[in-house]
Amino acid sequence: MTPAVVAMGLISLIVCVGTLVGLRAGVGRTKNLEEWSVAGRSLGVVFVWLLMAGELYTTFAFLGASGWAYSRGGPALYIMAYITLGYVISFFLLPYIWHLGQKYGLQTQSDFFEKRYNSKPLAIFTSLTGVLFLIPYLQIQLAGLGIIVQVCSFDQIPRNLSVLIAVCIIAGFVFAGGMRAVAWVSVVKDFLMIVAALTIGVYVPYHFFGGVSPLFHQLAAVHPGHLTMPGATKAMGHSWFISTVMLSACGFYMWPHTFGSAFTARSGETLRRNAIVTPLYTLSLAFILITGFAAVLLLPHLSNPDMSLLLLARNTFPAWFLGIIGGAGALTAMVPAAIIILTASTLFAKNVYRPLFAPRMTEEGIARLAKVMVLLLALVSFYLALHSSATLVALLLLGYAGVSQFFPAVVFGLFWPRVTTIGVTAGLVIGMLSVAVLMLSHRDPFHGVNAGFFSLLLNAFFTWLVSLLTPRRPNPLPLIS
Amino acid sequence: MRKPSPSSLALGLIPFIGMCFSVSLWDRVEPMIFGLPFNLFWLLAWIVISSLCLALANSIETRRNRE
Repeated sequence: MTPAVVAMGLISLIVCVGTLVGLRAGVGRTKNLEEWSVAGRSLGVVFVWLLMAGELYTTFAFLGASGWAYSRGGPALYIMAYITLGYVISFFLLPYIWHLGQKYGLQTQSDFFEKRYNSKPLAIFTSLTGVLFLIPYLQIQLAGLGIIVQVCSFDQIPRNLSVLIAVCIIAGFVFAGGMRAVAWVSVVKDFLMIVAALTIGVYVPYHFFGGVSPLFHQLAAVHPGHLTMPGATKAMGHSWFISTVMLSACGFYMWPHTFGSAFTARSGETLRRNAIVTPLYTLSLAFILITGFAAVLLLPHLSNPDMSLLLLARNTFPAWFLGIIGGAGALTAMVPAAIIILTASTLFAKNVYRPLFAPRMTEEGIARLAKVMVLLLALVSFYLALHSSATLVALLLLGYAGVSQFFPAVVFGLFWPRVTTIGVTAGLVIGMLSVAVLMLSHRDPFHGVNAGFFSLLLNAFFTWLVSLLTPRRPNPLPLIS
Repeated sequence: MRKPSPSSLALGLIPFIGMCFSVSLWDRVEPMIFGLPFNLFWLLAWIVISSLCLALANSIETRRNRE
């Protein structure tokens, strides 16, 4: 057997076992919309945590973080800072969102906007833009899966075919399984992922350099400046770091699927404890960054930096272990992709299509439409994954720049009774236009500052200003009643 | 439900100062600690410190909500 057959065989086995574990969990349950999209709201605390960690630990952390450590150097450290600070913000926000959700029966992010600002158009606008910004996030997972298949098949399966295989696996999985299946696969995935990260991050430096310390001494001597900011880039200095960390931390729980996960918790206290414990998980990201830094010395001149971790593993380990790493990586892409597709398709069917075109649509009708949307979303992201050369981190930053624009609407909505619907709408529109203009004209970073953060400041300022200029309205969702 | 107390908000601000605003003070390779560049080590240490800050803030909030 050639190494390619061994590695690909093991990846297929891991994906099959993972999928079967997931599908088995759904056997004998009725397939209505609620079961399919939120597992009948019956997931226990442990599974909610697993889903939340499943959302956090994506292909991005696996391939994207090592890719940036390889190609950009120091600026990649922003990832550790923003995840931790995102949890700090969640500590202060999520218990209140959960509290209002329980009191007023909110189920999605768009429900919050609709009830708080008493506006259907605003809810439709936020759902639609939310789905739009989820697409780059989905694209990350597909591109990541494509890279895994390509590297682990020893380049015998070309990239386009790899991505196509990835799309079929994910769509089939979501179609047949639903959210309960996703939660079960998360268990398998997290275990394999930690094993893979630790093994590569510890073994590679010891095998090639005799330890972590010689690795970094050699890297600092050969490429002075790579390990600090701006590293191998020109524009990613300290003001970029501060603005990008702030933007991403603000946006961390603004994604439709992460925001919505707050409603599934048992209590506000659970969410606080989650914020205390989960950041410790990011400590393992250090091993992935170390792998990326090692690749700078071991595998110079890669055309696709996101491949650095897997190529290093391919050169270091026997084919069967490459298969296990690839399998872990494949599940790491499938779980978040499935969560994103499920959230986006349900959001579109329920909060965009129904209020606009078919107010009398039944729950079964929505479930059917949501499943058509699964295919449509898979196809769109397939097209984008084929025709885009952006790195995984660049895609994530694009999504964050957009989705963080919800932050002022959420924070003011919770804590500032004076905020008005017109104020929030003005802020959102200005923020998103600014993101679109700056990103499309390639002016990110904008004068050394993350373009998304610059837009977020504009957004917050105009939300505040226009709210003060428009008449005061009673707050329909007061924290204290 | 009351807004977060000033003391727990202050505890929440500490990680932002340590991991974000102070970047130009700690973004250095030397001195290496445990073989890690100083900036990587600094962030790892602050992940743990942030967790402690939030644990402290949580006990403040819980006591306050009980009253």
